[in-house]
Amino acid sequence: MTITETNKKILDFNYQLAAQDEAFPTLQVLANDGSVVDEAALERTGLTDDQLVELMKHMLFSRELDIRSTKLAKQGRFGFFAPTAGQEASQMASAFAFNDEDWLFPGYRDIPEIIMKGWPVWKAILWSRGHVQGNVMTTDDGKDVHSWFPQIIIGAQYVEAAGVALGLKKRQKDAVAYAYTGDGGTSQGDFYEAMNFAAAYQANAVFIAQNNGFAISTPRDFQTAAKHLAAKGWAAGIPSVVVDGNDAIAVYLAAKEARQWAASGNGPVLIETLTDRLEPHSTAGDDPLRYRTKDDIDAWWQKDPLLRMRHFLTQRGIWNEELETAYIAEVNAHIDDQIKRADGVEKQKISDFLKNTLEVPSQVMQEQIAIFESEGK
Amino acid sequence: MTEKTYIAAVQDALDLALTKDDNTLIFGEDVGKNGGVFRATDGLQAKFGEERVFNTPLAESAIGGLAIGLTTQNYRPVMEIQFFGFLFEVMDSIAGQMSRNRFRFGGTRQMPIVVRSPYGGGTKTPEMHADNLEGMVAQIPGIRVVMPANPADAKGLLLSAIESNDPVVFLENIHLYRSMKGEVPEGYYTTPLDKAAIVREGQDVTIISYGGGVPVALKAADELGKQDINAEVLDLRTVSPLDIESIGASVEKTGRVVVVQEAQRMAGIGATVMAEISERFILSLKAPIGRVAAPDTVYPFGQAENDWMIKADDVIAKVKEIVDYD
Ligand SMILES: Cc1ncc(C[n+]2csc(CCOP(=O)(O)OP(=O)(O)O)c2C)c(N)n1
Repeated sequence: MTITETNKKILDFNYQLAAQDEAFPTLQVLANDGSVVDEAALERTGLTDDQLVELMKHMLFSRELDIRSTKLAKQGRFGFFAPTAGQEASQMASAFAFNDEDWLFPGYRDIPEIIMKGWPVWKAILWSRGHVQGNVMTTDDGKDVHSWFPQIIIGAQYVEAAGVALGLKKRQKDAVAYAYTGDGGTSQGDFYEAMNFAAAYQANAVFIAQNNGFAISTPRDFQTAAKHLAAKGWAAGIPSVVVDGNDAIAVYLAAKEARQWAASGNGPVLIETLTDRLEPHSTAGDDPLRYRTKDDIDAWWQKDPLLRMRHFLTQRGIWNEELETAYIAEVNAHIDDQIKRADGVEKQKISDFLKNTLEVPSQVMQEQIAIFESEGK
Repeated sequence: MTEKTYIAAVQDALDLALTKDDNTLIFGEDVGKNGGVFRATDGLQAKFGEERVFNTPLAESAIGGLAIGLTTQNYRPVMEIQFFGFLFEVMDSIAGQMSRNRFRFGGTRQMPIVVRSPYGGGTKTPEMHADNLEGMVAQIPGIRVVMPANPADAKGLLLSAIESNDPVVFLENIHLYRSMKGEVPEGYYTTPLDKAAIVREGQDVTIISYGGGVPVALKAADELGKQDINAEVLDLRTVSPLDIESIGASVEKTGRVVVVQEAQRMAGIGATVMAEISERFILSLKAPIGRVAAPDTVYPFGQAENDWMIKADDVIAKVKEIVDYD
């Protein structure tokens, strides 16, 4: 008697582990030098030259904001700041695939994506400094920005996004909720629960796990024994893809197709972007050299998503140094202006906090309001 | 005795606990190579190895469950929750499980777990990093909540917590970590749990506080001393259960009480202290009990901390009101 081939495979645990690699190949459109490795995929994005340039500008904006924010944080003019350099393709190219009606659920590192959606930079600065005005999600001309505030509690935004996704489905909207977390975030219960709920309801959600290699000091390999974070989506019964997170075109393509799928009522999709955080976890005293080597960081700088996009667009004849220099100057002038605006915002009042905590403040709170008001606070 | 920061005292205790008992394990997010985000466990992995000091994946609920499970193999887990504002993720492990297990097993199983976590405001951390949630855990039966206010206590109380066969939530004040230094005895010693300490003697009024409130109370008492008001300062050290005896002795001595806490006013430790005093020692009181606490709002974001947090001036004003009451 010999065991059947099927039963043998089922019981071959080594085979099962190896099969994960086959199941999750990496989506890639641009090579590191900016050359196109998959012309058909590029065409499938439907991106026009103008849109390609626009995407490049979003990525450059993000890098400049990162550079300025890091400097300002060092001068003590910012509050909390989580650097984004290296993640421009993962963040901006994915966010570029969504539209105004879609709901964004960002983590603390996803500031540039919210700005892309219309959140003014001065509010982002106020958020960083811990001013509640920064959390008011409207554009300067008063339009609602369909975004939640940047979430601090890892994973919490995922379950909430599932709720929005269900709401959109019930209202039969052609829109989705899209949520970001990091590789570390995929260990939280909320991550699994969100995918499971969204899938159970076939809700309109796109989940993006930015695998940037580290959760503070903990390397990805130690976070989970799963070879691919995307594999976690399969457990919930949803399509899940791994994409080169430094390849803006591939990230855009994955996000666009995921959006189409989810907005059409087919249920959620999970996208894992393979990228790297080139800088410290935050500007509050993290030293990456305690837990990773300089060589490793340098190697990732060689894979800078901006370089790749710059080469690609330059080869295509729609980008050059002159355009880049001019745009960077424009961005910095804008940031200067926004810093001034943030600096000019009135100090927060404790009496306002008390008024905003409950719609109807209690008697004790009323007393507290009176005391703080009498002190001008 | 050597002069040490609060965080160095914590580290010292952890080092001694690991040395003394092979069953002691330290784990949590980033506690390994990085030594924790505040460096409280700095160097411990290098010294004791990855088997005893190790990082966990990013999931507080599982960190709590891990601790509970490890006790069955006679380990003594010292788990770290990176910031106490992330308590909610691990609330079931703490409130629903470890605190109830001794009761559930009819007293036949022990839960020798320490939940270490930094808490408290004044360092302009992002949202959810500074919350004072001790009131929430203090309401859970079956668990101790210990909040040291100085380096010597941080060390002695942490070693007691690790020795204890009951679960202990051990809260370390972020602001004090590096801002406070003090004399710390060398070597292994324990400071008893469930015992308050008089950290300043006085006759006119008792200021009762704990954790980050104690330095504020002491500052106020020093200032009041210059104005001929001699305040006694009682540091609760363990906020659940309360040391009623020490509270009573001081109340009977001074007859006037001001309770000071960093947390919001509603419910909480201060309210419990006031209730116990009212029930047991009301005839010793010469004035209503005063309270200094933060306003009843969500902990504000960084920029408004200075206005929001309690200050020595608030304590001084409240003490004067109580002393002047007739
Ligand atoms: C519930 C919770 N636990 C812990 C933290 C502390 N913390 C902040 S960021 C972080 C690591 C996150 O890593 P990852 O999800 O990979 O995102 P990345 O920062 O790399 O973008 C940790 C542990 C938190 N903010 N929330």
